[in-house]
Amino acid sequence: MSDDHTAESRQYLSQGSEWNFDLLHLYDREIGRVAAHYGLDTYPNQIEVITSEQMIDAYSSVGMPVGYNHWSFGKQFVATQKGYKRGQMGLAYEIVINSSPCIAYLMEENTMTMQALVIAHASYGHNSFFKGNYLFRTWTDAEGILDYLVFARNYVAECEERYGEEAVEEVLDSCHALMNHGVDRYVRPAKLSMAKEKSRQRERAEYLQSQVNDLWRTLPPREAVEESAVERRFPAEPQENLLYFIEKNAPRLESWQREIVRIVRKIAQYFYPQRQTQVMNEGWATFWHYTLLNHLYEEGRLTDGFMMEFLQSHTNVVYQPPFYSRAYGGINPYALGFAMFRDIRRICENPTAEDQRWFPEIAGSDWVQTLDFAMRNFKDESFIAQYLSPRLIREMKLFTVLDDDTEDTLEIAAIHDENGYRQVRQILAEQYNLGHREPNIQVWNVDVYGDRSLTLRHFAHSRRPLGESTTEMLRHIARLWGYDVRIESADESDQAELVAECPV
Amino acid sequence: MSQFVDRRLSGKNRSAVNRQRFLRRFKGQIRRAVADAVSGRSVADLERGEKISIPSKDLNEPIFHHGPGGRRSIVHPGNKEFVSGDRVERPPQGGGQGQGSASPDGEGMDEFAFELSREEFMNYFFEDLALPELVKKQLATTPEVKRVRAGFSNQGNPANLHVVRSMKQAIGRRLAMSAGPRESLRQAEEQLAELESRGLGDESEAEQLREEIVKLKARVAAVPFLDTWDLRYANRVDQPQPTSQAVMFCLMDVSGSMDEERKNIAKRFFMLLYLFLTRSYERIELVFIRHHTVAKEVDEEDFFTSRETGGTVVSSALALMHEIVCERYPSALWNIYAAQASDGDNWEDDSPRCRDLLVNSILPLVQYYAYVEIKAENPQRLWHEYEYVKSVNRQFAMQRILDMEDIYPVFRKLFRKKETA
Repeated sequence: MSDDHTAESRQYLSQGSEWNFDLLHLYDREIGRVAAHYGLDTYPNQIEVITSEQMIDAYSSVGMPVGYNHWSFGKQFVATQKGYKRGQMGLAYEIVINSSPCIAYLMEENTMTMQALVIAHASYGHNSFFKGNYLFRTWTDAEGILDYLVFARNYVAECEERYGEEAVEEVLDSCHALMNHGVDRYVRPAKLSMAKEKSRQRERAEYLQSQVNDLWRTLPPREAVEESAVERRFPAEPQENLLYFIEKNAPRLESWQREIVRIVRKIAQYFYPQRQTQVMNEGWATFWHYTLLNHLYEEGRLTDGFMMEFLQSHTNVVYQPPFYSRAYGGINPYALGFAMFRDIRRICENPTAEDQRWFPEIAGSDWVQTLDFAMRNFKDESFIAQYLSPRLIREMKLFTVLDDDTEDTLEIAAIHDENGYRQVRQILAEQYNLGHREPNIQVWNVDVYGDRSLTLRHFAHSRRPLGESTTEMLRHIARLWGYDVRIESADESDQAELVAECPV
Repeated sequence: MSQFVDRRLSGKNRSAVNRQRFLRRFKGQIRRAVADAVSGRSVADLERGEKISIPSKDLNEPIFHHGPGGRRSIVHPGNKEFVSGDRVERPPQGGGQGQGSASPDGEGMDEFAFELSREEFMNYFFEDLALPELVKKQLATTPEVKRVRAGFSNQGNPANLHVVRSMKQAIGRRLAMSAGPRESLRQAEEQLAELESRGLGDESEAEQLREEIVKLKARVAAVPFLDTWDLRYANRVDQPQPTSQAVMFCLMDVSGSMDEERKNIAKRFFMLLYLFLTRSYERIELVFIRHHTVAKEVDEEDFFTSRETGGTVVSSALALMHEIVCERYPSALWNIYAAQASDGDNWEDDSPRCRDLLVNSILPLVQYYAYVEIKAENPQRLWHEYEYVKSVNRQFAMQRILDMEDIYPVFRKLFRKKETA
C-alpha cells in the first residue's frame, strides 16, 4: 500500500452508531476493497435494507425471497413473531440468499457496526462461499433460483385455484415430510431455469401421464410372461431419492401433483448443500468478517468504539458452551467453523512440530491459498476429517461418548489426548455426515404384478431404530403412492423385518 | 460493486396468507384453546387479543428420524475430568443428548403458544353461533325502506316546497342584490336633503339628484321578491329499515340466595350473550331486568355491577318483561328473545305462577326463551315447573351450569346455528 493511501486512510469511516445509505456505500466499498485484497471471489451483491417485520417474513419462508404459500411457513412466522415480540429472541442479524446477485438483508434497527459486520459476513463471506464451494457449484444454480422460485409460486397458486387449496396442501404436506429424502446424493442435478422449466413442464406433464408405465400395464408384455416366474424386481436397484421415485412412478398421481412433488424436490436439492456445509459456511463467513474488519481497524479506519461493539457480538456468536452448561445445545457450528479456519491459518503461519507431523502438506504454506482450497473442495464431514487439528481438539476439550443400549452406562471412548485425537476427529466428522444423521431409507420393491404396494427398506446403522414418526410418515407416502406402503428394517446382516405398514 | 435497495416501504405482510392458513389448519385446537381462555379470565377484557397455546405434537411436521436405542457416539466439548475408558451414568431421559432439538425459543416443547388478534379471537369465539329462527319474521321479505327527512335541497317537486326556507333565502338574496343601489340611494337622499336645507332645492344639482333617486328606487324595486333560485324543498331520503330487528331481554336474579360466585357465573353468561348480540346483529336492542322480590329495569352498567339482596320472586321479572313487551316492543315488529339466569331458588308459591306467566303471556310473544340454572345442587322447584314449560313449548330451552367452564359449552348449545333443511 502506498504511503499517501495510508495517510488518507487514517481517517475513520464514521464515528457514531447511526447509519445512512452514504455510510453503507462507504463501508461496502472499503470492505470490498479489503476482500479483493484477500482474493475473495464473489457474485455481485444486492444489499436490501428491511424492517424487523420484513425480517420476520423473510425468516419464516426459510429465507426464500419468494415462496409458495403453505401453513408451515405461517407456523414459523407465528413462532418467530412471538419470540421477537417478547424479546426472548433477537432476530438473525442477516439473511443471505445463494443467488446471483447475492441478496443480503440488513435490518434497519441495526447500528452502523452491525451493518458493517453483516456486510462483511454475508455479502463477502457467505457470498464467496456460495460461489466457490464445490457443492454449491454442483447442486445449485445461483442465476436460476429466483426465477425458479417465482415459477414454483405461480404454479402452486394456479393449482390451488384449479384443484382447491386443501388438495394442494395435502400434497405439499406429504412432500415436505419427505424433503430430506428428495435428494440425489450421487447424480449431478440438471440446471434450473425458468424458461426451460416452463416449457418443459407442459411436455413433461403430458408425456408422463400418457406414457403407459409398468405400473399401469394391464396386459403383461410377452417377455414378461416368461420373466414373471423369475420375479422381476422393480425398481431394479434400490432408490434413495424417494421423491424422485414417487414423481416418476407413483401410479395414481395426477400430472399437477407430480409437478408439485418435483418443485419440492428441486427446492430440497437447492438447500441440500447448505445442510452439508453448515460448519464450513458459517465458519468461513465468520472468519472473514473477523479478518476483514480487523484489517480495516489496523488501517486505522475503524474507531475503538466500533471494534468494541463488533467484538462483543462476534464473541457471542462464536461462544461454545461446555457440555455441562445449561446453554449447551450441541456444538455451535459458528464456533467450530471459525476456530478451524483460524487454526488452519495458524498452521500455515506458525506451525508447531506437532502440526508439521499432522499436516505436512499445509504447514508453512500460504494461508490465503490454503484456506481457499479448503473452502472450495470440502463439505463439513470431509473438512473436519481433513483439518481438525490435535491442538484445536485440546482447546475445545472434545471428548466422545459412546451410548450403547446394551450397556447400562455410557462410555467415554476417547478424549483430547494422544490416543484419542484420531477417534475424536473421525467421530465428529461422522456426526456431520447426513447419511448417518438421517435414517438411510430406500425404495426396495414395488409389487408390480400384485397389489402395487410399495416396500421401503431402512438400512439400520449401528442398530439404530426408526423413530416414532414412522407410521405417520408412511401415511404421507401412502397418500402420494396411492397403494399400500410398508417399511422394513434391515440390519448389518441384511435380515429384514417389517417395521410398519400403511394400508390405503 | 454492490447495489443497495431500500425495501423498508415495500409490503410487510408477506406472511399474512401463510398465517391465515396456519390458523385455518388448526381451527379445532384453536377453538378449544379459546374456550379455555374464556373460562379462565375476567369477562371485562374479553374483547382483546389472546395468547393461545395448542399442543405442539398436533402441529409437528414429521420426518424420518432415528429413535432412541442402538449404538452411537457423540462428541461433546468442554471435558473436565473424564479420561478415556470412564463409564458414566446415563443422564435422565437423555435430555440434551438428542439431535440438539432443545426448543430454540425457550418455550416448553409441549405447547406452541402464539397471539391471536382481538378480531381473530372474537371470530373463533362466535363461530357457528346465530340467534335461532331469526329468519322467521322479516328476513325473507323484501327490504323495507322508510322516507326520512334529510335537510333541504334546491330541487324538488312543488308539493315539497318549503315556504319558510324559501322566504329566508329570498330575504338574504334581496339584501345582497340591492345593497349597492341602496347605498347610493341613501347618499343621494342625504345630499338632496342637505341641498334643500340650504334652500337650494330648485337648483339643477338638486334636480339631478331627484332623477337619480328615482332611478335608484327603480333599481331597488327591480330586485325580484322571490326568485327560482330561492326555492327550497324539504328533502327526504330512503332509509333502509333493518330487515330483522330484535330485542333481547336479559333477566337475572340478584337475590340473597345468589351468592357471589353464582352471580359471577350469571354475569359471565350475560356478558357472553351481550358480546355475541352486539357483534352479530347490528340492530338489536337490549333490555336488562334484574330482580329479587321486585323487578327493575336497569341500564347495562347497573345490571352487571350493582349488588342487591333480598328474597326471590321470579315472577316479578317475568311480569315486568311482559309489561315492557306490550308497551314498547309489539311482537309484530320485533323479534323478541329472552334469557334468564337464576339459581333456581324461588318462593314456593311463585314457581307455578312463573310457569303460567311464561306459557300464557310471554312465550306466545317471543321467538326464543333460554333459561340457565346456575349451580343448583339439585334441580329446584322452578326447574321442574320449567320442565313442564319445555315439554309444551318448542321455543323454550333450558340448561344447567355447574361451573365456570360450563358456560361456554352451554352457551353454544343454546345458541347453536339451527341446521336449515
